[in-house]
Amino acid sequence: MNNKIYNNRAWWLILPMLLLVAFSAIIPLMTVVNYSVQDVFDANTRFFTGTEWFQATLNDPGLQAALVRQFAFSLTVLAIEVPLGIGIALLMPKKGWQASAILILVTMPLLIPWNVVGSIWQIFTRGDIGLMGWGLRELGYGYNITRSAVDAWGTIILMDVWHWTPLIALLCYSGLRSIPDAYYQAARIDRASRWAVFRYIQLPKLTNVLVIGILLRFMHSFMIYAEPFVLTGGGPGNSTTFLSQSLTTMAIGQQDLGPSAAFSLIYFLIILLVCWVFYTAIMNLQKDKQQDKGA
Amino acid sequence: MAEITLKSLAHTYLAAPSSPEDYAIREMNHVWHQGGAYALLGPSGCGKSTLLNIISGLLEPSSGDVLFDGERVNALPPEARNIAQVFQFPVVYDTMTVYDNLAFPLRNVGTPADKVRERVMEVADVLELTPQLKRKAKNLTADEKQKVSMGRGLVRDDVSAILFDEPLTVIDPQLKWKLRRKLKEIHQRFNITMVYVTHDQLEASTFADKIAVMYEGQVVQFGTPRELFETPNHTFVGYFIGSPGMNFLEVETRDGRVMAGALPLSVPSVVHDAVAHSGSVNVKLGIRPEFVEVHAAPVDDAMEAVVEDVQDLGTYAILSLRLGDVPFKARIEEDDTLPRDKAWLRFPIERLGLYVDEFRVEISHE
Repeated sequence: MNNKIYNNRAWWLILPMLLLVAFSAIIPLMTVVNYSVQDVFDANTRFFTGTEWFQATLNDPGLQAALVRQFAFSLTVLAIEVPLGIGIALLMPKKGWQASAILILVTMPLLIPWNVVGSIWQIFTRGDIGLMGWGLRELGYGYNITRSAVDAWGTIILMDVWHWTPLIALLCYSGLRSIPDAYYQAARIDRASRWAVFRYIQLPKLTNVLVIGILLRFMHSFMIYAEPFVLTGGGPGNSTTFLSQSLTTMAIGQQDLGPSAAFSLIYFLIILLVCWVFYTAIMNLQKDKQQDKGA
Repeated sequence: MAEITLKSLAHTYLAAPSSPEDYAIREMNHVWHQGGAYALLGPSGCGKSTLLNIISGLLEPSSGDVLFDGERVNALPPEARNIAQVFQFPVVYDTMTVYDNLAFPLRNVGTPADKVRERVMEVADVLELTPQLKRKAKNLTADEKQKVSMGRGLVRDDVSAILFDEPLTVIDPQLKWKLRRKLKEIHQRFNITMVYVTHDQLEASTFADKIAVMYEGQVVQFGTPRELFETPNHTFVGYFIGSPGMNFLEVETRDGRVMAGALPLSVPSVVHDAVAHSGSVNVKLGIRPEFVEVHAAPVDDAMEAVVEDVQDLGTYAILSLRLGDVPFKARIEEDDTLPRDKAWLRFPIERLGLYVDEFRVEISHE
């Protein structure tokens, strides 16, 4: 018996959700879309520009260079933080007071606000009063982040690794804790080497947390702003000017709202695209290959 | 090939055990012979998994020795013991195919590829896993996974014993039976000692030639399923094996009669003498519900009991009786007359067990 009632007025029930989504995402985003296709002079004067701003943004050599730097930065920190985070998680004690103590120590950098991290490192790397800057100089290395692009890059990467590796480590630690003992016992009975235990038991069980970790870290690092801004201000030259900083300069500094809006949308689409690629790639690794092989 | 001997073995998880209750395994001696199919049967928490982990080397016993073919292996890790273990929840390597899972223990010791292929194919064939060989282990059903984890033990030709820790817990009922058959078949085909831990008496008796019943950290009886049923060595075995369990009457002698509380029992004088000379206040008479003679009308030397409930199970019925003030069960076949309200019981002497301090004592027949 089918006693389901059809009543199209039920569609009104989604109205609150629609309003919420509209205010949180659709309306702000549409404002940006609005600016990206027009040249706005004042409240009454505007011209429709079509794809002009998009073309200009995509062809801007300065922005292209920033994009390349941005990818180089994000991929570098991912390549360092993911293996390092897994390594730290593997070394962390599993029980006792040591586990709690280490957990707190590892978490500490995550609790520091971005601006503060930038300031801490700015002071830390100063040649006169900063421990690292002074130390490196005393060792005979002419360390200077305001002059050498290599030093600036190295320092920003080091800072990001210090700030965010704990996130990967924490995620992996929780993933490792959820592996039942029977797996390790079975591996011992199968005479698996330490490497095989990692490769075939630990790493597969970490896949899900690593997906989250990699996506979060990619998005975060791709949008990085405050830390390099405080530490190097984008310099020396443009060597550490990443996308966010270029965008801020364009939108706030120069009030170029049209190009900035087009730039924002492209920026957003790149992040979306890369996240999708990461996610699909990782999920594909676990798929059954039977169909492909035609078994 | 191995004969596994446990010599005055004991284990505790506490640093400073003070009483026997602190021991997960109380001191025991036991021998598992090469090629036998054994079950380790007992309720949850009786120490059977602890014992299994000691044999496989995952735990080191607090005292006593584990001997493989007379050689002490206490300190040897599991990887050096030539033993395989199948766990309660199937352990498979998710990202590997079934083939790679089965090949894993061989590759770990550097077996040449053609030898690996030959062994894996043979084992897959026995376990009926051949169609699944190319699939990722992650996508298998629970029973297929359990077969894979069993298979990893079978591929190694150096394995002399496989230990099963309640391996059918997560398997669907209709597949349990199939897998149990498979296990039996494997046991007959490969000459491997198998120790099977379970709390299910049916599983134990269908799989094993001999069953060790564990209770509070000790093996209270080691025998064939028939021995456990007919002559339980310990009251616990009586309760635990059989459905319903054995009847036990607390007895004492008074005025030359054997009394169960206020009720005088009609038992031969040898029983009276045995109870009188037991030298303990904890004396019980035990008889299986299957062996009680039930009459619907009064007969000589019978005890009168009140019928409280009849549970008709088709080919037989279980009577819930009250003998004096003690609850009592009896089983009668469908051809027998079903007693109403009252029943008259007789205990055949050869079926009667005497238990002093919970352990069985032989009644000397003339």
